[in-house]
Amino acid sequence: MKYLDEFSDPELAGKLVDQIRAATSRRWAIMEVCGGQTHSIIRHGIDQLLPDEIEMIHGPGCPVCVTPLEMIDKALEIASRPDVIFCSFGDMLRVPGSKKDLFRIKSEGGDVRVVYSPLDALTIARENPDRQVVFFGIGFETTAPANAMTVYQAKRLGVKNFSLLVSHVLVPPAIAAIMESPTCRVQAFLAAGHVCCVMGTDEYPELTEKYQIPIVVTGFEPLDILEGIRRTVIQLESGRHELENAYPRAVQAEGNKAAKAMLEDVFEVTDRAWRGIGMIPQSGWRLSPAYREYDAEHRFSVTGIHTAESDICRSGEVLQGMIKPHECAAFGKECTPRNPLGATMVSSEGACAAYYLYRRLEVTHA
Amino acid sequence: MCLAVPGRILSLSDRDGTLMSLVDFGGIQKDVCLQYIPDAAIGEYVVVHVGFAIQRLDEESAIRTLAEFEHLGVLNEEFGDGFEIAAKQAGVPVPGSTATTEVKS
Repeated sequence: MKYLDEFSDPELAGKLVDQIRAATSRRWAIMEVCGGQTHSIIRHGIDQLLPDEIEMIHGPGCPVCVTPLEMIDKALEIASRPDVIFCSFGDMLRVPGSKKDLFRIKSEGGDVRVVYSPLDALTIARENPDRQVVFFGIGFETTAPANAMTVYQAKRLGVKNFSLLVSHVLVPPAIAAIMESPTCRVQAFLAAGHVCCVMGTDEYPELTEKYQIPIVVTGFEPLDILEGIRRTVIQLESGRHELENAYPRAVQAEGNKAAKAMLEDVFEVTDRAWRGIGMIPQSGWRLSPAYREYDAEHRFSVTGIHTAESDICRSGEVLQGMIKPHECAAFGKECTPRNPLGATMVSSEGACAAYYLYRRLEVTHA
Repeated sequence: MCLAVPGRILSLSDRDGTLMSLVDFGGIQKDVCLQYIPDAAIGEYVVVHVGFAIQRLDEESAIRTLAEFEHLGVLNEEFGDGFEIAAKQAGVPVPGSTATTEVKS
């Protein structure tokens, strides 16, 4: 119980842990598909507070980590062009491409800029009409409305020198792909709270029914996660498989209607490759035909990309929950946040980085 | 970047036909697009992700969450200088000047 005093309400955390313990009679494997939740679970040692029977499997919930290598290489090629200002979220700077990363492109003189919001990239485009401004549009359903609005505004305002390099991915198809895998051990999911803030929860009952699994919409703070796990365990123990919302203060069943309408207009569903996992059918968004001219892939015709993943990096297995980060031989040795071999070691939401930051001693001395 | 942070709306404005607001995140203030919560009012709390309000939040939950995030140091990661954070992680200096990393608009 060494971690309990770090919770904002240790007494409530203790009660939730006690209730989970009391409810648990056998082994259960629960997957979270949200990098923010993974980070919180490891940082607070939530998995260590739980009874031994409950295993938390960390899913492909970090958008930075699942952006395919080919897309990173395309970003690097576009960002290297002298006529381009390449804008990105800061998390993407050190994600390794086949040979370089965006941080290196900047060191070599490329105009790479970090923005807080994609709208900032649009502002840069309006201020630099003689340059091409590209925004690296990655992320799950939470981030997509921001990128959709930015492209919509670019079209509405006639900002022709702006384009979006789109690599959006969707949570429900990933859950289905994980459940379809022959090696799947997952028996329940914590669904990502902020994805559901946008999309609502309508997509999940189909999954709970088809795969006979509980799905519990869960927030990010440590107490939220404990509550999500508690509700999941109670469902599992009673043989139920339902959608539950354990994050009602931010998630409504219908989601954000204005955002969903914008997504429907600007994007269309497409097959997407996930780094470390491979192609998942109908698992992402690309720009719809009405906005295709703002697609950086088309505008810059980035072709001839030959990708090469590190031979020793096992981040694909980590992303699928098949191994824990420290089971990779390179973990903490050849691969550290300072010299990451895989994307999961870069982002603070990646499982490898979280294990390295908060479990380093324990793993080193194991 | 998965993070969505609650903040309080300080002011509203129309920018080129887009509903914008100034939002306070426990002392850090940012421009936030309100197009997805168009009926939000000054003084209300919203959940903000990459400069967009995506949901409302009650004041009590918002204040508790902000305090938690501040305690965990995640606000700096969300709002800090991306190149400085990456350079620190890599153990190398920030490439070139940092003057271009923040857009004032």
